[in-house]
Amino acid sequence: MEAALFDLTLNEEQRITRENMQRLVRDSLGPQARAADDAGSMNQDLIAAIHDFGLAFMPVPEALGGVGLSRSPLSNALACEDLGAGDMSHSLAALQPMAVVNALIDFGSEEQQEQWLPGLISEQWQGAAIALVEPRATFEPSQLQTLAAPDEGGFRLNGIKSLVPAGKHCQCFLVIADSPEGAAAFMVPAEAEGLTVSQEPTMGLRSAELCTLTLDKVFVPASHRLPGFDLDRLLALSWIGQCALAVGCCQAVLDYAIPYVKERKAFGEPIAWRQSVAFMVSDMAIEIEGMRLMMLRAASRAEQGLPFYREAYLAQLQCMEKAMAIGTNGIQLFGGAGFVRDYPLEMWYRNLRSMAVLHGSLMV
Amino acid sequence: MINLELPQKLTQVQHMAQQLAAGVFRPITRKYDAIEHCETPDELKPVAQMMASMGRGPKGKAEPSDEIRNGANMMGIMGVEAMSWGDVGLMLSIPGTGLGNAAVMAVGTAEQKEKYGKLYCAMAITEPGAGSDSAAISTTARLEGDEWVLNGEKIYCTGGQRCDAVVVWATLDKSLGKAAIKSFIVPRDNAGMSLVRVEDKMGLRVSDTAALSLNDCRIPKDHILGSPDIADSEEARKKAFGGVMQTFDNTRPQVAAMALGVARAALEITREIYEKEGVKADFSKLHYNSTARELELYRLEADLEAARLMTLKAAWMADNGQPNSKDASMCKAKAGRMGNEVTLKCVALCGELGYSERTLLEKLARDSKIIDIFEGTQQIQQLIIARHLLGLSSKELK
Repeated sequence: MEAALFDLTLNEEQRITRENMQRLVRDSLGPQARAADDAGSMNQDLIAAIHDFGLAFMPVPEALGGVGLSRSPLSNALACEDLGAGDMSHSLAALQPMAVVNALIDFGSEEQQEQWLPGLISEQWQGAAIALVEPRATFEPSQLQTLAAPDEGGFRLNGIKSLVPAGKHCQCFLVIADSPEGAAAFMVPAEAEGLTVSQEPTMGLRSAELCTLTLDKVFVPASHRLPGFDLDRLLALSWIGQCALAVGCCQAVLDYAIPYVKERKAFGEPIAWRQSVAFMVSDMAIEIEGMRLMMLRAASRAEQGLPFYREAYLAQLQCMEKAMAIGTNGIQLFGGAGFVRDYPLEMWYRNLRSMAVLHGSLMV
Repeated sequence: MINLELPQKLTQVQHMAQQLAAGVFRPITRKYDAIEHCETPDELKPVAQMMASMGRGPKGKAEPSDEIRNGANMMGIMGVEAMSWGDVGLMLSIPGTGLGNAAVMAVGTAEQKEKYGKLYCAMAITEPGAGSDSAAISTTARLEGDEWVLNGEKIYCTGGQRCDAVVVWATLDKSLGKAAIKSFIVPRDNAGMSLVRVEDKMGLRVSDTAALSLNDCRIPKDHILGSPDIADSEEARKKAFGGVMQTFDNTRPQVAAMALGVARAALEITREIYEKEGVKADFSKLHYNSTARELELYRLEADLEAARLMTLKAAWMADNGQPNSKDASMCKAKAGRMGNEVTLKCVALCGELGYSERTLLEKLARDSKIIDIFEGTQQIQQLIIARHLLGLSSKELK
């Protein structure tokens, strides 16, 4: 087959979805993000509105109540970018069940899919999340300290997982733990004995209600272990998802800053007329473009079944550094006003820092 | 459909250019860096013939169409990137690939294209008193009967020594500003144009950077590029100068591609050295769990990748008839600073092996600097981008 041409054009369906998502961002997700952040709890209407786009339904076989389309990391990434422009927190929380669905499709057996998928795609949003990160400065996914020890037809899980979005609302978790055969993934029901979930207040992503899971000799049957688990794939697809959220958020910072710097006057003229201000705006646009294209390349490679780990790794590194620079410069352009919570800039700044610490969560 | 991989027709161009770069440029890269001033290197003559026989696709904005195209602009990126991996200075010394050629192809008449398109045309814009501010040039052109008479000093003219003709920017009336600036084709052997000197430079040494002096330099009336009329309204003035500047929308991604090639070369050499010394950089750990050397390498690779994709995008837009002025400047700004950063860091990352002439790293770091300067400095690109984003004029955002 002749390889496809280099192309950045959205197809018809992607274009329509984009318009609908941008409408949600404009009408409610963006405007209502602040109140939820202040409250430190998610707005269920926003969660439901994101859930209604049905991203979790897409790859689920029709027989199990889904749409039965093939997995599409690219469509998911585009959605994350659009939604991230409204609010990273709600997008991250609302799309966690999608991430678990994707993990089950990619790594789970047929029986496991039949067992778990229908419960994750009901009309109402049902919480579920991936738990990978552990609370250590030197956390490394290939050297997990949460351990899965073989025990009578199953495993005993011990350890602590953190930064789990919407943990309190989850009916189940996909817990990644180190087993004798290396990193492994286990479906763990929220009511499992020995599992406690507590909300952990964080710098940002506050309305995502990030939680800590404590696993104290939690037993999971062997049938709950996903046989095809691939840690690198989980990491890479989640980096793409998070990069997409960050690209969306950074675009929101830029779009919000442009009218302000043209309006705000200092020394008798708009501050946008000064190169020191204008060049910050240029730099934001330049880096956003680079971030976006790297994210898209990794996503489109994943979509086409090409190796994409390196591309996702580099996109995550680029986004982690450039997105934070954009977040901090967004506040800088507004001066004191950026620091005040009347404006969304400080919230975006806090949310963007998550790029450096959150891994294995938003699997697209 | 979103796809950021390259089709075979582009990778083939890259492959061919890479062979040329590895087989012809690399073996003579040190030789000509040391020689510095010379006539066109003999080794480049067959290259010029080969490129001429392949037909140089005119790069320019294609007409919009429903069909997606990966055309001449993108192929240009592939070729320039790979040749620059070999040696940017040698690439710029291939007869027939001057910036003046781009101008002739962009705005020339059919006769001008026929007559000068195949020659080696340099471009002379900069003057001792006018660099980035090209509207401030003071070389004059006045019509005397059937001839234009040009007077002034030009500097930093790439190819100004070895070219066949120079596209000279001059003003018809300095008091009328940008609108009165026109460009003229001056054959290199014109008695009124003399070579003052060829500059000694930090890098790109083999490329001839000339200072030219025009003293009552007479050329036929039809040697003007574009219209001789001076626009009288603000709108028309903008349009006229904008037309001249539009050449850069097509050439800036090509210059960005030079930075891509130079950066890739430096990273490849660094990776080779690191492999020998046992530095892995295999993406096997989170960034902050990697060593400082690994992390730095990842950062540089990420930056190169961002610049590469932005450059391809700007060229893709041109191939598909989309306005790309902002994107052309964005990729030039990103790639220009990236190329410099990457090559300098690679020297630092390789210690003595980077700083000495044992490897090409120190040369690449000398060559890369100019790419963030010529064809519009970093700061000029930033101005252009900001004016686009903020909707400000050059009077508002100076």
